[in-house]
Amino acid sequence: MARLELIDLSKHYGDQVAVVGVTLDVADGEFLVLLGPSGCGKTTTLRMIAGLVEPSGGSARIGGTDCTHLPPWRRNTGMVFQSYALFPHMTVAENVAFGLEMRKLAKPEIEARTKEALRLVRLEGYAARLPRQLSGGQQQRVALARALAIRPDVLLLDEPLSNLDAKLREEVRIEIRELQRQLGLTTVMVTHDQEEALTVADRLVVMAEGEIRQIGSQRDLYERPADRFVAGFVGRSTFLDGRVTTPGEFETAGGLRLKCAAGAAGAAALLLRPERLHLGGENLDNRLPGRVEFVSYLGAVLELHVRLSPADRVLVQLPNRGEGAPAVGDDVEIGWHRDAGMVFAQQRN
Amino acid sequence: MSSAVAHDGPAVPANASRRVPVGRWLLNGVAGLTLGFILLPLVLVTWLAFFRQEIPSFPPEGYSLQWFGAVLNNKSFVSGFILSFQVGVAATLLGLALAVPASLAIARRRFAGRSFASTLLLMPLIVPGVVLGASIYVFQIETEIATGLPMLGTTTGLIAAHALIVIPWAARLVTASLAGFDPTIEEAAKNLGAPPWTTFRRVTLPAIRPGLVAGALFGFVTSFGNLEMSLFLVGAGRTTLPIAILQYLEWKIDPTVAAVSVMQIALIGVAMIVTDRYVKIAQVV
Repeated sequence: MARLELIDLSKHYGDQVAVVGVTLDVADGEFLVLLGPSGCGKTTTLRMIAGLVEPSGGSARIGGTDCTHLPPWRRNTGMVFQSYALFPHMTVAENVAFGLEMRKLAKPEIEARTKEALRLVRLEGYAARLPRQLSGGQQQRVALARALAIRPDVLLLDEPLSNLDAKLREEVRIEIRELQRQLGLTTVMVTHDQEEALTVADRLVVMAEGEIRQIGSQRDLYERPADRFVAGFVGRSTFLDGRVTTPGEFETAGGLRLKCAAGAAGAAALLLRPERLHLGGENLDNRLPGRVEFVSYLGAVLELHVRLSPADRVLVQLPNRGEGAPAVGDDVEIGWHRDAGMVFAQQRN
Repeated sequence: MSSAVAHDGPAVPANASRRVPVGRWLLNGVAGLTLGFILLPLVLVTWLAFFRQEIPSFPPEGYSLQWFGAVLNNKSFVSGFILSFQVGVAATLLGLALAVPASLAIARRRFAGRSFASTLLLMPLIVPGVVLGASIYVFQIETEIATGLPMLGTTTGLIAAHALIVIPWAARLVTASLAGFDPTIEEAAKNLGAPPWTTFRRVTLPAIRPGLVAGALFGFVTSFGNLEMSLFLVGAGRTTLPIAILQYLEWKIDPTVAAVSVMQIALIGVAMIVTDRYVKIAQVV
């Protein structure tokens, strides 16, 4: 287990930029998640940590030792691949023991540590099976056991859950988190699934177009997104385009005048989180009439798409309280507190 | 090797589903005819090997095993078999050693001339054996003149030439088994501490083993049975089995030739059956 530092790491393929200026400091035992849409450079960053991709610039340090140009087999990182990448011709036990053999450990120790790793992922009884005889979830756990057995300095998870069905995904991510805590493993996980990221991370890094857009806790990203991209990527939201007339006043493209948190005058977008909007607007800074255009029934909550003006439609999330919920075509009144609206000056995205 | 007539389903019109028996009879009939066409020479040669009389004629006057004994007493058949076997094994190993790295490069890397290189590897299959033999003959003479090294008529020269006709089979079949191979498992091996050579030996090689074994088998069979190219390249008094058979046929047509063919067919058949027990050849061919 070790601290991981990335300093100004970048990767170009020809004149194609994959990763630019990534600087990160992952504490010993921390679970860091790289979050972003596909093609944002998160996987390339992870592969640079493993040594599978050679950086074009910057440096990487694991446990204080520079390993920027060290080949993968000389680093002690344990990686779980999206496709699991199990060795198809080896049994489960042979797969898990492979890294230990490479470390030239004595046979009894290899056996003991293989057993231990399989116990951690609750696959003791499957040692003699071949990977193709296992379900997707079991294969995923073998891949995890194989990475854990070598006692890596850093555990690297590349979309480890994306090939599992939804129910299993929820279980496995909690298992991974518990194992990681129990073993005190420094872990970097890559995912495009924000719910997954929010569940397991100590800290999150949002990436887009090869750059880090924001580093912070779940609350930081949700309550204080650094830019419009982060706001849109983490959590659900409605953006109303328009401009800030004077600080605290926002005029939408559709001509609505709204009160908002401060913000410099000029073209901007107003972000509204759907759960911060209320039906009925007593004692709220903004009160607007609207018409329900679409209702999504999601069980515990309802989502209403409410038209406020010809150019402005907002998403409103309501707890499902049974009878009396608005239906399509109903006229409703929507209200929200001025602090619920975050203003982003119009620049990128 | 070249008598593959595809009969995995002639285009049956969609409305034929109600007249299934006719379509099925037709299909089975065509399949049966094709199979018979392929098997007929094998059956006839095998039958002939057991005829008693010296001049092959129908119907047989009786049956005998004497021709098999004649094969084993014929020095040029025995030494021809030994040479063919040695050359076949050595050429197969050499061909694989060249074809495997080439297939890996073609499957994994993107480089200029990649598709040309891939075609080039299959070329020896397209060039007629006589042309191949004649050009290698000239090449070996020129090389001898230029370098003073013995080439023509040596076993080494023969092996090198045979490696050339092994390469297309090895390359084709190894490439086929690489097609379903996930390169991230090599990355996983490296991540677990395996240097490149260990990764190749422990992970890549076992994964392409069916293609490797099938390639070796077909390569060996091609080399073992080669006549046209070898005719140009063998040394005086040193002949391969197919050449020994040809030379025998110039003087005699008794069933000894049929007997030696049956022995050769049996050997290759056994090799295929044994191989198939360990690797399913049908997976790659």
